[in-house]
Amino acid sequence: MHAYWVAHLRILIVLLLVWFAVSFGAGILWADWLDQFRFGGFKLGFWFAQQGSIYAFILLIFAYVAIMNRHDRRHDVHEEEEGS
Amino acid sequence: MGIQAWTFLIVGLSFVLYIWIAIRSRAGSTHEFYVAGGGVSPLANGMATAADWMSAASFISMAGIISFMGRDGSVYLMGWTGGYVLLALLLAPYLRKFGAYTVPAFVGQRYASQTARLVAICCALFISFTYVAGQMRGVGIVFSRFLGVDIEMGVVIGMVIVFIYAVLGGMKGITYTQVAQYCVLIFAYTVPAVYISLMMTDSLIPQVGFGGVMDRLDGLSTELGFAAYTAGNKAMIDVFCITAALMVGTAGLPHVIVRFFTVPRVRDARLSAGYALLFIAVLYTTAPAVAAFARTNLIETIADADPEALPDWVRNWEVTGLLAHEDKDGDGVLRYRADAAANEWTIDRDIIVLANPEIAGLPDWVVGLVAAGALAAALSTAAGLLLVISTSVSHDLYKGMINPAADDKRELLVARGAAATAVLIAGHFGVYPPGFVAQTVAYAFGLAASSFFPVILLGIFSKRVHTAGAVAGMVSGLLFTGGYILWFTYLDPASNNPAGWWLGISPEGIGTMGALVNVTVTLAVTTFTAPPPADVQALVDRMRVPRG
Repeated sequence: MHAYWVAHLRILIVLLLVWFAVSFGAGILWADWLDQFRFGGFKLGFWFAQQGSIYAFILLIFAYVAIMNRHDRRHDVHEEEEGS
Repeated sequence: MGIQAWTFLIVGLSFVLYIWIAIRSRAGSTHEFYVAGGGVSPLANGMATAADWMSAASFISMAGIISFMGRDGSVYLMGWTGGYVLLALLLAPYLRKFGAYTVPAFVGQRYASQTARLVAICCALFISFTYVAGQMRGVGIVFSRFLGVDIEMGVVIGMVIVFIYAVLGGMKGITYTQVAQYCVLIFAYTVPAVYISLMMTDSLIPQVGFGGVMDRLDGLSTELGFAAYTAGNKAMIDVFCITAALMVGTAGLPHVIVRFFTVPRVRDARLSAGYALLFIAVLYTTAPAVAAFARTNLIETIADADPEALPDWVRNWEVTGLLAHEDKDGDGVLRYRADAAANEWTIDRDIIVLANPEIAGLPDWVVGLVAAGALAAALSTAAGLLLVISTSVSHDLYKGMINPAADDKRELLVARGAAATAVLIAGHFGVYPPGFVAQTVAYAFGLAASSFFPVILLGIFSKRVHTAGAVAGMVSGLLFTGGYILWFTYLDPASNNPAGWWLGISPEGIGTMGALVNVTVTLAVTTFTAPPPADVQALVDRMRVPRG
């Protein structure tokens, strides 16, 4: 149980670092620097702030779902296929 | 058929649909009333969460706000979507495993304290009531603008509709009407957006197309004396704090959290958060495109306009008072400028979404669709909030504290009664909006961020935190954030500007600091108090694994 939880926390930390990087990082802190690059007509920092971060959030949650389901099975704490 | 007739027809049809769903899904037990029987599919729950979450403000006002704020509008886009990552990763699956019906019930059991539960009930009621008043007002405004009905009458019609499906069906009725409402609102939002994208660029997809107008819009903005659209006005620290407060607040809003109690399994709660964000993102990535297109179009139409040759949509919306002009210098040219002395136009931000179909020259039925979409957004959010209010009263206050011996039938009756009373109170606030509502709705996030989010988070991720720490944290977080907001809105409004703010953080963003205050106080008190008993620690252990 302890091993499950430690690995679980490690997954969360990595995913949250990505979450921070795409929004607070690319959209706010480094946005001015990123603006020198162009992407489909957008300044890149602006694109992250108004589009890219949101797409990244979606991918993050679906990645989390896949990783956690595998993690649960590996430690044999996954739920039955039909209801609970 | 004219615009008015189409609007009545489409809005009427959507209402018939909602009521039909409500009658089909009446709740027979408290289990159905509180969590829709716990058998909602992740996909359906994702749609319902999206409708629950996206309010009248998201639908009507957000694109307009971004349109006038330019880059700074990103705080809303990132803030109101990024919170779902926190919700999915840090709260929803564990709370689903825990299996409580309400957030205060979780707080009460995890911290083994009726006091903690009572504080949580007060937070939930306060946040939900301020929020729901704004929704009812929104319903009234949509009715008055599109259907020529008085705002008061509009509020009453909205109340009747919500009354039917919230009181009758509880969470069960609300869930399936929200699914329908999501479909209505997203269709209504994207159709005009696709048309306006085709009109302004060659792209069918607004999200891609608006890249093509960015340089044009920057040029137009600076030419008229405004800041470039892609440059911000706010200080970085404030942008950072507002975004964080909105994210953390979103994850801490009780009406969003309870939606994840309705799915069968932990893994469904995770997946469902992904679907919810996907469905929300359809609107949230379209909004900045609409904002940029409409802003460009607006500037090009009115920047130096001939009063004799204004397009029809300008005349139509001048009638509503959302748009006004005055040729101050009498030279026969209407100017739109950043400089207040030279500017001759007054523009209400809401026009960006509301006038979109006419600007794009779309058929009359699209206008009716936009009205139905705005109503769907307002009604679905109002219903979700009313459910939180009624369950807080019936499950936490009545069953949990006043009469623990009450049977299911009696509790259900109290739940229905509380829902009905809440509808009446919300309607009252909608008709006679107290001055503080408009301001506090924006601050509800800060309050949720500094009360619920830390207490739930620590309840899951720490086995050491117990009653005293949690209560002290919630109270200090609320007092800090509430006090800061009250100080700048009532006691010292003159210094409500970047120079007067603490560390340059606006009242909108102070929830971030409030959450930190909450966590700090909780952890500090925790070091001086005993850890929770073994049974509570076992409870936390069970919450952390999907099975067992």
